[in-house]
Amino acid sequence: MNLTAIAAIYRFEMARTFRTLAQSVISPVLSTSLYFIVFGTAIGSRIDQVEGVSYGAFIVPGLIMLTVLTQSISNASFGIYFPKFIGTVYELLSAPASFLEITAGYVLAAATKALAIGLIILGTAFFFVDLQILHPVWMLTFLVLTCLSFSLFGFIIGIWAQNFEQLQLVPLLAVTPLVFLGGAFYSISMLPAGWQAVSLFNPVVYLVSGFRWSFFGTADVALGWSILAICGFLVACLAAIGWIFRTGWRLRP
Amino acid sequence: MPQPILTVDRLEKTYEGGFRALDAVSLDIHAGEILALLGPNGAGKTTLISAICGLVQPTGGKVTVGGHDTVTAYRAARSLIGLVPQEINLEPFEKVINTVRFSRGLFGKPRDDAFLEKILRQLSLWEKRDQPIRSLSGGMKRRVLIAKALSHEPRVLFLDEPSAGVDVELRRDMWEVVRQLKEDGVTIILTTHYIEEAEAMADRIAVINGGRILLVEEKAALMRRMGRKEMRIELREPVARIPAALEDFGLTLDGTGARLTYGYDTRADRTGIVRLLTALQEAGLQVADVETKQSSLEEIFVGLVKEGAEA
Repeated sequence: MNLTAIAAIYRFEMARTFRTLAQSVISPVLSTSLYFIVFGTAIGSRIDQVEGVSYGAFIVPGLIMLTVLTQSISNASFGIYFPKFIGTVYELLSAPASFLEITAGYVLAAATKALAIGLIILGTAFFFVDLQILHPVWMLTFLVLTCLSFSLFGFIIGIWAQNFEQLQLVPLLAVTPLVFLGGAFYSISMLPAGWQAVSLFNPVVYLVSGFRWSFFGTADVALGWSILAICGFLVACLAAIGWIFRTGWRLRP
Repeated sequence: MPQPILTVDRLEKTYEGGFRALDAVSLDIHAGEILALLGPNGAGKTTLISAICGLVQPTGGKVTVGGHDTVTAYRAARSLIGLVPQEINLEPFEKVINTVRFSRGLFGKPRDDAFLEKILRQLSLWEKRDQPIRSLSGGMKRRVLIAKALSHEPRVLFLDEPSAGVDVELRRDMWEVVRQLKEDGVTIILTTHYIEEAEAMADRIAVINGGRILLVEEKAALMRRMGRKEMRIELREPVARIPAALEDFGLTLDGTGARLTYGYDTRADRTGIVRLLTALQEAGLQVADVETKQSSLEEIFVGLVKEGAEA
């Protein structure tokens, strides 16, 4: 195991984060704060409690998930796409490091950054709403698993993408709608029965539901399903990366 | 002959579209030598390097570095290799020192700032270590690429077109760096399409074209073959045959009887030109015009391909 290589990639990626601190951290915090102001305070004050929780607090787990998902994907996809784009990927491919080690370096860095932003947003939320976390260990577990699995997903997108447009395509056209329709701002029990059934095909519903349960103890779907969904997604991403690295798809002609 | 440090055995690469970029390439490279891989654009030079270094998956054959197979024992093999690519592939916003440190770590070597300082000083980069790469000149960027490749202490260094797009002065500078590396005991394989570059640096030269190695020879021997020039002599009056007094020069007479062609070696002690012109005069032949012509690299390649086919 070339642990030094993992550490080298990790440090290099984290250095990029610190180099672009405003864009990396301040921007997601700012946009989430705007959500709190618009949805939580302005609109939320006209909405009754949802499942016994004030609307402002209710949307906190969903907002964190929204940011963590998009951050994980964009960090990891950019992390591996950029070396492809500027050609420095030659060094990764010629290094005595396995694909597993290369992936670990990029994914851990992307996940760390997403986790940090998630926690910063959680901290910010305390300024806007009264918040309680019933199951903090589960909350962290969900957060870490989400960061890891969606960073893996982002890594796959970064390998797949052949231009900047493709790099933005999946987050824009798939992830954002799935998160918005995944109960980030509402409980799916508020939907008509038909749409509730459709929502159950949205994987993000399980993430948001499980994560929200760790805060308030209420969930749209059973906790077991949420854990199964996130672990299943993690395994699927790992399998896809294993295949990519065995075949050299889009990396090694 | 010392044990080869790198052995390429019937290496093949056929791309999905059917293009055969490497056709059963076999090559031995000895420790401590500089081998120039000479060939025109598209000959397969970069593909060969890429297949050895792990950037391209070979479709056949095998490569060993220091006795380690580059596929089955890729960690051991690749840790011996440093690669300086043809394109200036560098992260523009990163500092010089950080990118070099990254390379060393990526190859699994523990941090050693004293060693990196030595390399950066050797390449005149030490003063620029804290500058972002985008602020460096083209020549300096190429040095950063070399520093990255050397940072993990390779025993075999690949330089892919080290002087492509580099001005003459910088090219000589680069040659000096390569010579220093050789003195430090690094085995160097460089690709080039300049005969001059191969001549200036290499111990041996391998000529590649169409994905095939046409020959591998000691530089001196190859340069003798490549140094040949032709002199065409137009005569005022056509002759029926070459006069007996001129037989020793190995002249050829064209169909019109008005043009003699003389082949000579520019690197020989005596080219025989003065002797020939005197002999022509003594034989009573009047010279109307003289033209000399050096075979272009392409012609040399064509000649080598023909020789290869006839052999």
